[in-house]
Amino acid sequence: MKISKKRRYLILGCLLAIYAVLAIAPAFAQDMTEAEYREFPKIGSRNAAWIAAQLHLLFGSFILGVPMFAVIIEFIGWRTKDIRYDRMAQEFIKLCMGAFSTTALLGGVLVFILIWCYPKVMSKLSGIFGPTMIFYVVLFFGETFTLYLYSYGWDKMQGRHKGWHLFLGVLLNVWGTAIMFVSNSWLSYQTSPATQHGVLSEMRKKSWMEEQLAADPSLTPETVMEGVTDHSTIPLHNETTGEFMGTVWDAVNNFTWMPINIHRLVGNIAFGGSIVAAYAAFRFLVAKTKEDKAHYDWMGYTGNFIALCGLIPLPFLGYWLGREIYMFNNTMGINMMGSLFSWLFIIQAVMIGVLFIGANYYLWSGMGRIQGAEIYARYRPYMITIIILCVAVWMTPRTLSKISSASELSAMGGANHPHLGLFGLMTAKNTVVNIIILTTFLSFLFYRRSGKTPTVSWGKVGNIAISSIFFFATVAIVVIGIVGFSVPTDLRVNVLTPYQVLIALAVMAVVTVVDIIMYRKATTSGAINWGEMTDRSQYVLILIAITFTSLMGLMGYARSGLREAWHIFGVMQDTSVDAFTPLLSEAVNMVAIIMVAFFALVGFIFWLGLWGEKKKQEKTAAEAEVAAQADD
Amino acid sequence: MKKLSLFTICLIILIGSWVFLEFVVGGIISVPIPNSVIAMYMGLIVIAILVHISVEDSQFREFLRPIHETLVDDRRRTHRRVLVVLIPLFLLGYTYAIIAQRANPPGSPRDAHPSPPLELTYKDEVIGTMQDVVNPFRHYEKDDPEAFKAHVENGKRVYHQNCFYCHGDHLDGQGHFAPYLQPLPANFQDPGIIPNFQESFFFWRIAKGGPGLPAAGTPWDSAMPIWEDHLTKDEIWDVILFLSEYTGYQFRTFGEAH
Repeated sequence: MKISKKRRYLILGCLLAIYAVLAIAPAFAQDMTEAEYREFPKIGSRNAAWIAAQLHLLFGSFILGVPMFAVIIEFIGWRTKDIRYDRMAQEFIKLCMGAFSTTALLGGVLVFILIWCYPKVMSKLSGIFGPTMIFYVVLFFGETFTLYLYSYGWDKMQGRHKGWHLFLGVLLNVWGTAIMFVSNSWLSYQTSPATQHGVLSEMRKKSWMEEQLAADPSLTPETVMEGVTDHSTIPLHNETTGEFMGTVWDAVNNFTWMPINIHRLVGNIAFGGSIVAAYAAFRFLVAKTKEDKAHYDWMGYTGNFIALCGLIPLPFLGYWLGREIYMFNNTMGINMMGSLFSWLFIIQAVMIGVLFIGANYYLWSGMGRIQGAEIYARYRPYMITIIILCVAVWMTPRTLSKISSASELSAMGGANHPHLGLFGLMTAKNTVVNIIILTTFLSFLFYRRSGKTPTVSWGKVGNIAISSIFFFATVAIVVIGIVGFSVPTDLRVNVLTPYQVLIALAVMAVVTVVDIIMYRKATTSGAINWGEMTDRSQYVLILIAITFTSLMGLMGYARSGLREAWHIFGVMQDTSVDAFTPLLSEAVNMVAIIMVAFFALVGFIFWLGLWGEKKKQEKTAAEAEVAAQADD
Repeated sequence: MKKLSLFTICLIILIGSWVFLEFVVGGIISVPIPNSVIAMYMGLIVIAILVHISVEDSQFREFLRPIHETLVDDRRRTHRRVLVVLIPLFLLGYTYAIIAQRANPPGSPRDAHPSPPLELTYKDEVIGTMQDVVNPFRHYEKDDPEAFKAHVENGKRVYHQNCFYCHGDHLDGQGHFAPYLQPLPANFQDPGIIPNFQESFFFWRIAKGGPGLPAAGTPWDSAMPIWEDHLTKDEIWDVILFLSEYTGYQFRTFGEAH
């Protein structure tokens, strides 16, 4: 008997469903009386929570990041009266709509897993954060209905209602950002359940004082306060009983809350941009008409530009988060950068290197479609060399014992190479990050200038000034980096590194202003031939999105793993079977699985959107044909 | 002179980079670089070359041209025959170099730095949290320079009576016993050692020695003795003062925040 293809898939699907039911069957036999932990079948509780949380975060990041730039693009379209921008912003929001329900679904799955597998932890957390959870629900409703209004009202609210539509877009971002800030408070509290004395509630100040006096009767309130400043770390729990003693705001405004908020906020923009660019790249590769190729080339360029705008400040913000982790607990800081998780940061350097190389590659490829861009090609080998040298420094490990043989170690005279080992220190790494960022900015500047000739009389002087700014800024960054080897760490972290960052930011700001003035009335010698991009450049956009996704997963492992065997660091111990830090290799495998699952889900959602669009187009074409026949 | 093809230039850059890393940096300028690090750098150079040749279609075609010609052009028959012999020979040699048995044990899999405990103890006495404990004599540096000098002198005495055999009289980890130890004793002259840690971290390492290292990251194989069995608390703090005074490096502090 011949079985049709359709039926074969149906049988396979049924078999898989039966297997899934059988696989989770043992869970029904579990003792469901009160328990501290319950086991998730087959893959274990931690892995189940890990997968659900990471997928939820990736989707969440996408749906929070996209509206931020969609509303800006819509605003540009409104002011410039260029309908293309409006259409592109609408297309972005359509992608967002598809992903929105999946994000909520995954959030629900995560909550169910956590309540089922970690009842005691969830009871503790909900006891502290209960009011914020109600607030979260209100925000979620606000975001959902605003998104519906914003998306479905797009075509209706054109013309004189456009201002209101833009207001809805801004409101959507306010809801989204607030939602993220609320949920960040829960996880950041688990990592750093303490806050600074200066922002502590009076209630906790009082109970903390009582605890100190009870612990040592020889103390007085004055002696307790000796050496305590506004920045001193105060735990939010009774240090003997572990009982939470602060207010909800104390728990929310914990040590790492704001650095994580800002890091994620900007990260969402970069991630959203990269996913949109990857989507456009895919559409470009399968496009059959010139118009489609041109449209998706433009969309891919915009997505990559947004990703780049988000990517540039991200290392600085990550540095701030790292600094706060050290401030909260030095042991945690050492574990992160010098011990348990240090190799993860080498992988991070490799991946961020891929992002910057990829972003530059795309810009340079893009110059190929602009007539008159050839004059900048001669700088490319030097820029590649600078970026590669900087990435090499960034990814050089401090300690080489894990990747060297015994004879190599004795030839080096220890685990650190006497010269290359210096590249492993933060001062060297901070220096090269700033240079990579400036080089990437230079690539963008060349791209912007391609095919244009300035008409201002001071054009030559302007170019000399810009070149000098780049040159002296780079020299200053390198000199500060070298000085950083010989100053106290406190000075390097709090003064020298911020100066390096400020120099890089100042260069970008000043040069942008000068360049805009210089090229305001520039003559255009060549148009941009949208659609004339190499396929290779599109694969680079997909690679960038994959790298972003993997990077977020890996750094999430670090952020969460830093707690080690604690659900709430120093307060509530993890006594489950999973109370060990997974190996880096295990984490990499898990992140890879999650990354594949994410792209499969995103691909499916985007395909659904395309499917509907295709059906609609076919219907319209068929109707047009019928109408034409009737006319005949 | 005939202009070199892009392919040849890239080949020269690749081989030249390897020679530079292996023999110039790893021989003339400094000590040998581990193979894994050279492989990492070479990987980056390959990426740089690939980026350069593939950005523009015309350049990509120019790069591929000699490869294409060697494969199909009749005038390049000799090249082809040489390559047919050379490539398998190269792979054979490379495979042999990897799998050949030799007495070269792997390096230590230990972490860069051990993970310190949350509480600092001396024998069984809890001194405080690792984060907050400061050297009780550090304030003399400003308040009473004479007393500070006396503590540093005492630290110097303790160091030269106990530590210098391994850590060296220049504090660079090159003591008399050092060549016979694996891992090698810490080099305090390295800019990445003292400035990265608080004094409490050093107290912990000196007091607990090798046996007091954490379970995570084992095997540590450290030969450092448990110095709290031989030195007083004050002597350990004095040695710590001496380490920073002699090397000129300052221990990590957190400024106003702590």
